[in-house]
Amino acid sequence: MELADKLLAGDRRALARAITLTENEDPAAAELAAAIYPQTGRARVVGVTGPPGAGKSTIVDGLTYLYRQSGQRVAVVAIDPTSPFSGGAILGDRIRMRRGTVDPGVFIRSLATRGHLGGLSWHTGSVIRLLDAAGFDAVIVETVGAGQSEIEIMRHAETTVVVLVPGLGDEVQAAKAGILEIADVLVVNKADLAGADRLAKELDMMLKLGQPPGAASGEAWVPPIVKTVATSDEGLADLMAATERHQRYLAESGRFETRRRRELTAEVRGLVRELAGQAACAWAETAGRWERAVTAVVARQSDPRTAAGGLVREFLERR
Amino acid sequence: MTQGKVRVLVAKPGLDSHDRGAKVIARAYRDAGMEVVYTGLHQSPEEIVEAAVQEDVDVVALSILSGAHLALVAKVVGLLRGRQVDDVLLLVGGIIPDEDVEPLKAAGAAGAFGPGSNLDEIVAFTLANIRRRGA
Ligand SMILES: Nc1nc2c(ncn2[C@@H]2O[C@H](COP(=O)(O)OP(=O)(O)OP(=O)(O)O)[C@@H](O)[C@H]2O)c(=O)[nH]1
Ligand SMILES: [Mg+2]
Repeated sequence: MELADKLLAGDRRALARAITLTENEDPAAAELAAAIYPQTGRARVVGVTGPPGAGKSTIVDGLTYLYRQSGQRVAVVAIDPTSPFSGGAILGDRIRMRRGTVDPGVFIRSLATRGHLGGLSWHTGSVIRLLDAAGFDAVIVETVGAGQSEIEIMRHAETTVVVLVPGLGDEVQAAKAGILEIADVLVVNKADLAGADRLAKELDMMLKLGQPPGAASGEAWVPPIVKTVATSDEGLADLMAATERHQRYLAESGRFETRRRRELTAEVRGLVRELAGQAACAWAETAGRWERAVTAVVARQSDPRTAAGGLVREFLERR
Repeated sequence: MTQGKVRVLVAKPGLDSHDRGAKVIARAYRDAGMEVVYTGLHQSPEEIVEAAVQEDVDVVALSILSGAHLALVAKVVGLLRGRQVDDVLLLVGGIIPDEDVEPLKAAGAAGAFGPGSNLDEIVAFTLANIRRRGA
């Protein structure tokens, strides 16, 4: 496939178009995903999440700059919410990402959620693979700043950075939203503002309370807390060092492989469900089995699960 | 029309620091169901074209108040051509005197909208003129 070849050869327009096709669920996207898959699995993926306005984009800009300094090629996926009223979106993360704008080693793509919940877009995983195949060493994903339910980024990122800021009552919010559990690295940004030290201390206390077994011996990862002033790059080198330490920890402890296997298992399992379900439904429709099954359920002669089970059995035993 | 959402880059080249107009048109596009990438102030033509490529937009809308619209449009058009980007609808808005509209179109802008322009008209013009794109 021509587009795949161009993408693999580093053609930026081909990459950009491939992302569009993927987002639009174009029939060509599945073929493309299969063609590039052997070339994926090399990029490391860092997720950056946290409440609106915490400074995620500013931090991503700084991290991009530092990764570039160390000679790595960086792709950024920046996600903003789709308006439920119009279906449109304003994707504004680029405003704070100004240092890599004309650098051939940087590629930034803004995505809208298009109704997907959980802080990501529907096809975040596939888009990351396209960027990975295009040869980027690091992919940084900025989630929607909802401040909660952003667990999904963990499925795609090896290292999840949670950004908090003083003055939002974040400590309590963070504990409620379980945001501490998803953090591999905790950032207290806007450390130039009052309350940053207190927030860092409270987070530290909360982490110690919930410390996993093995934390003391260094066997389990305890998220470091990094204070930053993203607008002046303060602390960002520490943040980069912390993400690199976490990546090393994953590799050396064997967790990297276990985690990857687990995520891919879940992905294949999900797809088997989806494809098998589609096949069974398509069969039931063409074989005229829906009507009978549904009528029995409507008449309270059969409950929905029994009816569905019957259809699946018929589907499996069909000839 | 592309399959999926229409994507627009709203960019502000030049040195002036007034992005009210850019934000107003960005919101109008969003309200019309489009995905609008907004890049902020002081964008160079090189940055704008690179962003248009990476974001794979259907439309590039430039907001220019500095008076340098003719030179900026010519520069952006040249850079787009240099990247073989021939399927993007280029629009200009801002303080554009009537007598500059035709020269802007000759330079490669599909539409030019001065201070009195109506938002609904701009949105309708945009939707009507988006180029069909192949993969
Ligand atoms: N004082 C201070 N302001 C900061 C710092 N980091 C970021 N900001 C400012 O905070 C505002 C929001 O920054 P962004 O980087 O856009 O935050 P974000 O989390 O990406 O925002 P959303 O994507 O809208 O959720 C901007 O005005 C930044 O300049 C910091 O360390 N200190
Ligand atoms: Mg942001």
